[in-house]
Amino acid sequence: MRRRPKENQGLNIETHYRSVKDKTLMRLFILPTLVLLISINVFPLVWSLFLSFANYTAKMANVWGKNPEMIGVANFHRILTDPEMWVKFITTAKYVIMSVVGEMIIGFGLALLLQLNFKGKGIITTLLILPMTMSPVIVGLMWRLFYEPNWGMFNFLLGLGRIDWISDPARNLYSIVIADVWMWTPFVMLLSLAGLSAVPKYLYEAAEIDRASWWFKFTRITLPMIYPILMLALIFRTIEAFKIFDLPMGITGRGAMAPPLLAMHLYNVSFVTWNTSYGSSIGYIMLIMVLAITLIFVKYLNKAKQ
Amino acid sequence: MKRKIFWLGVVLLCLCGAGSFLFAGKEKPAEEQFITIHWAQWAPADYLEKLSEGFTAETGIRVVVEQTPWETFVQKYNTEMIARSDAWDIIVGDSQDIGNMAVNGHYVELTDWIKDHGVDKTFTPASLTYFAEYPKGAGKYFAVPCEGDGLAWAYRKDLFEDPRNRALFKDKYGYELGVPKSWDMLKDIAEFFHDPDRGFYGIAIYGDNGYDSLAMFAEQVIWSFGGELGDYSTYKVDGLLNSAGAIAGIKYYSELFKYVPPGFGDAFYVKCNDTFTAGIVPMSCNYLAFFPALANEATNPYAADTDYFACPPQKGPDGKTRQYAALGGQGASVVTYSKKQDLAFKWLEWFIKEDTQMEWAKLGGYTCHAKVLASNEFLNATPYNPTFKVTMEIFKDWWACPEYDVLLRTFSETIAGYVVGGKGTADEALNKCTQQWESIFKEAGYYD
Repeated sequence: MRRRPKENQGLNIETHYRSVKDKTLMRLFILPTLVLLISINVFPLVWSLFLSFANYTAKMANVWGKNPEMIGVANFHRILTDPEMWVKFITTAKYVIMSVVGEMIIGFGLALLLQLNFKGKGIITTLLILPMTMSPVIVGLMWRLFYEPNWGMFNFLLGLGRIDWISDPARNLYSIVIADVWMWTPFVMLLSLAGLSAVPKYLYEAAEIDRASWWFKFTRITLPMIYPILMLALIFRTIEAFKIFDLPMGITGRGAMAPPLLAMHLYNVSFVTWNTSYGSSIGYIMLIMVLAITLIFVKYLNKAKQ
Repeated sequence: MKRKIFWLGVVLLCLCGAGSFLFAGKEKPAEEQFITIHWAQWAPADYLEKLSEGFTAETGIRVVVEQTPWETFVQKYNTEMIARSDAWDIIVGDSQDIGNMAVNGHYVELTDWIKDHGVDKTFTPASLTYFAEYPKGAGKYFAVPCEGDGLAWAYRKDLFEDPRNRALFKDKYGYELGVPKSWDMLKDIAEFFHDPDRGFYGIAIYGDNGYDSLAMFAEQVIWSFGGELGDYSTYKVDGLLNSAGAIAGIKYYSELFKYVPPGFGDAFYVKCNDTFTAGIVPMSCNYLAFFPALANEATNPYAADTDYFACPPQKGPDGKTRQYAALGGQGASVVTYSKKQDLAFKWLEWFIKEDTQMEWAKLGGYTCHAKVLASNEFLNATPYNPTFKVTMEIFKDWWACPEYDVLLRTFSETIAGYVVGGKGTADEALNKCTQQWESIFKEAGYYD
C-alpha cells in the first residue's frame, strides 16, 4: 500500500525534498573534480611528505619496513648538513637575485619608455612581449644554439671569440640568467604597463601645476601608485625563478658541470638516481622556502595596499 | 528542471551500461595483431622497424618500434616499468640496466628459452654476458643480444697520409704518422693536428656528463692503462678504481681533452659526428652505431677519405699491455607486464635466426651472431664492420647492478670536474669516487 506523504508538520515537504535533491546534484557534479584533485594533487603531496621521512626508492619493489623504511628526519638532517647542498642553495639564491633584479629593472624601465608616444609603439610592444609567449624548453634550446662556442650568434655578435657559455661552470649560470631575463622581462613590463596606465592623470596634472620635477613625480606619484603591482611581479618572478628547471635543462642539460640549481638537483636525485625519499625531502624544503619568501612579500604587499 | 537533468543523466548512464552489457557478449571484430618494441631514437631503431617487416610478412603480426630520445630513454622505460605498464612487449634496454630490470622482475627470465633455442651457442659469449646475463657469471639470462656496439674511432685518411703531415710528424715525434698503435700515439697525433688559431683541433671525444658518455670514455682508458672500476663479484672498489693504472687512465683522458674544440664539455655523439663532418678534427671517437653517417657522402663531405680503427692497446704503469673498448648496445628483453608475451617470443624466435641476423647486419644493425659476424659478407658490407668485429673482441662494460645509475652519476660528478673542468688531480677525483662508491655498496648491503 502506498503511503501518503504527511502534510503540515511545520516544514514544507516539497521545498525540503527539492533542496535535498539540489545538494545531491551539486555533490554529484563536484565529485569527479574532487576525486581528480585528491588523486593527482592532494595524495601525491601527502605521500611525498610521508616519503620525506623515509628511505625509499621508487625503482625497487615496495617492501614495508624496508622500502619505504621510516628514518625520521634523517633526510632533512642530511640535506641541511651537507656542504654540497649549501652550494646548491647559494647558487639558487644567486640565480634568483640576478635574474629577478634584472627583470624588474629592465621590465619597469621598458614600461616607462613605452609610456611615451612614438611611432611604431604598438609593434614594438608586441615584439617585446613575444619571448614570454614561447615555451621555456624551446627558449632554452634556442639559447643553447646562440651560446654554441664555435658557431653560435652570441659570441659572434659580441665579438667574444670562442667562449664556452654552456659547459664551463664559471659562466653557465650567467648564460641561464641572461636567457631568463630575456624571456621574463616582458612579463614585468606588461604588469608595470598595466599599473602605470592605472595611475590617475590628475595626480600628474596637480604636480605639473606645482612645477614638480620629473624625479619628484616618479618617486612621489608613480612608484607609490604602482608599488603593489611591482610587488606582485616580484612575487611571481621570485617563485618561478626559485624553481627554474626547463631553461637550464635546455641550455646546459643535467650534467655534472651544469649549474648546481636546486630544481635540477631535485630532478637528478628523484629521476636519475631514483632516490625518491631524499628527492621528496628536497622538494619539501623548497616548498617551505618558497612559502616563506611569498609570505614576506605578501606582508609587504598588504602594507603597500594600506 | 534540475530534477529533469538529474533523471536524464541517470537514464543515459543506464542506457550506456545496458548497451555495454549487451555488446560485451558479442564477438569482437578480428583485431590486427601487433607488438610494440621500445628503443632509443636512432638509426638502428629505424633499421629494426624495417627488418621487422619481414616478420610481419611471415606471420601477419605488425611490429611497432617506439623510439624515445636518448636523453630520456632510460628514465622513460624505468618509469613505465615501475608503474608495471604493458605499453611495450619488448624493451631494447641499455646493457648496464639489466641488473635493475632483472632484480625488480621487469624482464622475463630467458635462461631456458636461450638454451632451448641455442642462443648460447650461436651468439658470441661476451655479448651474452654483457647484454643478457645477471648476475654476471650466474648463467641467468634476461635478454637476447640485439645491437652490439662499442666505442671506436673514425679518422681522416687524407690527413694521415698527406706526405707533408707525415714528414712533419716524423720530425717531431720520431716515428711514422699512421693509425694509432697505442693511446700514447693517439695523443701525439691529437697534439700534432691541434691548431686552434687555424680553427682546427686535435680530436673529438665525449665530454658530456649528463648520462654515461663521459663515463664510457673514461672506463676504456682506465682499463687500457691497467685500472679497474671495481670487482664485479665482490663489489670491492678500493685499490682498483684508485689504482695506479686507473689514475694514469684518467690523467690521460684529461690530457687528451686539451685537444678538443671549444665547448666540448657537453659533447656526446652528435657533437663528435658534427665536428668530424665539419672537417675541423682529424679523428673522432664515437659509438659504431653512429658511423653510418660518417660513411655517407650526403652527410659527410669527407666520407671518401674517412676510415676507422678500434681502440688501440696501451702499456700501463705496470708494464703490461692491454686493449679495451667500452661497450655500447642493447639487448632485447620481454616485458613481464606484456599481455602479448606469446607474440613477443615469436618475434625473438624469428630475430635470432641466422638469415634474420644477416639481414639485420646488411641493414646497418650490429649483429652479435658469431657466424654472421665472422662472415665475409658482413665484414665487407661497410667500411667500419671490420672495426666492429675487433671492438666486439675487446669490449668490457660498466657495472650492471641495480645501483649502476647512482654509480654513474657519482663517477661523472667527480671525474668531470677534473677532466672537463680541470679542477684537482686524478688521484683526488678517483679517491673521492672510490669512497662514495663503497658507501653506496655498503648502504645497498653488498658487504653484509
